Amino acid sequence: MEALLAIAVGVLTACGVFLILRARTFPVLLGLTLLSYAVNLFLFASGRLRLDAPPLLRAGASYTDPLPQALVLTAIVIGFGMTAYLAMLALRGLAESGSDHVDAGKEQ
Amino acid sequence: MITHAPILPILIPFAAALLQLLGDRLPFQRVVGGLATALLVLLTAWLALLADDGQLRVYALGDWPAPFGIVLVVDRLAAAMTLLTAVLGFVSLLYASAGFDQRGRHFHPLFQLQLLGLLGAFLTGDLFNLFVFFEVMLLASYTLLAHAGGLERTRAGITYVVLNLLGSALFLIALGLLYGTLGTLNLADLAYRLTLPGHDQALARLAFALLIAVFLLKAGLLPLSFWLPHAYSAAGAPVAALFAIMTKVGIVAILRVQVIALAPTMPDLLDHWLTALALATVVFAALGTLVAVRLRALAAWLVLLSAGALLVTPAQASAEVSAAAIYYLVQSTLAGAAFFLLAGVIAEQRGSAADHFTTRGASPASWLKVAFLVAATTAAGLPPFSGFVGKLMLLTTLRAVAAGPAIWVVLLCAGFVVMIALARDGCHLIWKNRAAAAGQAATEAIAWQKVSATLLLVAAGPLLAVLARPLADYGERAAAQLHAPGAYVAGVLGPRPAKTPAEAMP
Repeated sequence: MEALLAIAVGVLTACGVFLILRARTFPVLLGLTLLSYAVNLFLFASGRLRLDAPPLLRAGASYTDPLPQALVLTAIVIGFGMTAYLAMLALRGLAESGSDHVDAGKEQ
Repeated sequence: MITHAPILPILIPFAAALLQLLGDRLPFQRVVGGLATALLVLLTAWLALLADDGQLRVYALGDWPAPFGIVLVVDRLAAAMTLLTAVLGFVSLLYASAGFDQRGRHFHPLFQLQLLGLLGAFLTGDLFNLFVFFEVMLLASYTLLAHAGGLERTRAGITYVVLNLLGSALFLIALGLLYGTLGTLNLADLAYRLTLPGHDQALARLAFALLIAVFLLKAGLLPLSFWLPHAYSAAGAPVAALFAIMTKVGIVAILRVQVIALAPTMPDLLDHWLTALALATVVFAALGTLVAVRLRALAAWLVLLSAGALLVTPAQASAEVSAAAIYYLVQSTLAGAAFFLLAGVIAEQRGSAADHFTTRGASPASWLKVAFLVAATTAAGLPPFSGFVGKLMLLTTLRAVAAGPAIWVVLLCAGFVVMIALARDGCHLIWKNRAAAAGQAATEAIAWQKVSATLLLVAAGPLLAVLARPLADYGERAAAQLHAPGAYVAGVLGPRPAKTPAEAMP
C-alpha cells in the first residue's frame, strides 16, 4: 500500500508541476489543484498507514493517529478557498484583457 | 486580564472584522476599524512593556498543555513585532479611510483579517498554527492586492497567488515530513526531540530546509523574489504600506526556527548559501532602484533591499547581530511603508504624471518635498535619521563574523547606489517639473487622513533615531531572550517533558 500511495503522490506532483509551468491560467489552476491533492495524500501518510484502525482511542483496540487527518482537513478547506479565489481572479483577468495567457495585457 | 493578554491581539481584529461584516455601512466600518486598530496599538504597547520583564508568557488555547494543544508564546521579540504591526495597521487604515476603501467591496473586514493573520503569525508557537495564520494573512492579502481593480493588479495578483499557493504546498510537505519524523509540530517540542536520538536525521534536515525555503519565498530571497517588486508596486498605497511588514514575517520566522530548533542540533543548515544569496538580493534590489520608473516601484525595491540586508543575519547565529537586526527591521519597515504612502500622496498631486519620474507633472506641495527629503535620507541610510543608525548597528555587529568584509562591501555599495537613485528620482519629482508646470492650476487639497498618516510614518525616521538608545536596548534584551533556546523550550513544555518520544510516536 505504501508503494501505491507513493506512486500516486509522485504522479500527481509530476502532473501538477508540469501544468503549473504552462503559460495559461487554466492549466496552472488545474496544476495547483493536482499538487494540492498530492500534498494532502502526503500529509495523510505522515501519520503512517494503517488498515482497519479508526482514529479513536479505545481500550485494547488498535488506532491510527488522528492528528494528520485533522491537518489534512484544514489543508483541504484552505486549499479549496484559495483555488476558488484564483479561479475568480483568472476569470477577471480574462475579462479585462481578453486572454488567459499569464503575461497578457502587460503594460509598457 | 494579564493571563489572557496574549490572545487579545488576535481577538480584537477578529471581533472587529465580524462587526464590520454585520454592519455593512462604510462610516460604521471606518469607526469600528479605527477604534480596533487604536486599541490594538495600546494593547500591543502594553504587551511589549509586559514582556520586558523577561518572562516567557505561554498561553495554552483551551488550556491544553503544550505538546498536545496549540500555544501562543509572547517573548520580547513577538511583542515588539505585534506593536510594529499594530502601528503600521493603524496608519495604513487611517490613510485608507480617506476614500481608498470605497473603491471596492469589503475592504475593512479584509484589512482586519490581514492584521489577524500577521499578529497570529508572530505570536504562535506551533508550526501548523503558523501555517494557518500565514494562510489567513495571505488570503486577505490576495484580495487587498486586487482591491480597487485594474488589469495591472489582476495580473500581479495571479502571479502572487500562484506563487504563494506553491509555497503553501511546500509548507505542508515540510510539516508532513516533520510530523512523520519527529511526531510533533510544536516548535519547542520539535527542538527538544531533535536533541534526542532515534529519528531520521536526514529527513528532519530536509523538512527544515523546505520550511526555510517557504519562509524565504515570503521574505523575498533572490531566486524567489521576482514576484515582489511587481506585486508591491501594483498594490494601492495603504495596502502596500501594510505589505511592507509581510516580508518581515518570513524573516522573523526564519530567525526563530533557526535559533530555537536548528542552532542546537544542525547549526550548519544555513551556512554558506544564505548569506551569499542575501547579498545577491541586496545587489539585485539596489540595481532595481536604478531602473524603477515610478515612486511606488522604487519603494518596492527598497523593501526588497531591506529584506536582503536582514536575511544576512540569521546565518550568523549571534545575539549581537540579531539585536541590530531587530532595530533595523523596525526602522526599515516604517521607512518602506512611508515611501508607499508618499507615493500615493505625490501621485494624487501630480495629476496625469502620477508618481512617474517624468518632468511633465505638477510640482507637489512644499511639505511633501520636505517629507520626501526626510524619507529619502532615512531610506538611503544617511545621517542623521534612523536608517543611518540601523545600518551602523548592523555593520558594527557584522564586523566580527566570517563573511564580514563581503557584507560590508555589498551593503555600503548598495547604500551608495540607492542614494544615487533617490537623488536622481527626487530631482524629477521635486525640482525639474517646476518650469513645465508653471501654468497649471494649484493641485487639489489632500484629505487630512492621508496627510497625517504620511507625516506619522515619515516622522518615524527622526523619531526612531532620537529613541535609538532605548529601542536598541530593547532589541538587545529581545535578542538575548531569543538566543536562549533552552529557556524557550523549558518555558513552553514545562521543566521536563513528561513523555519520551518513543511513547509519543504513533
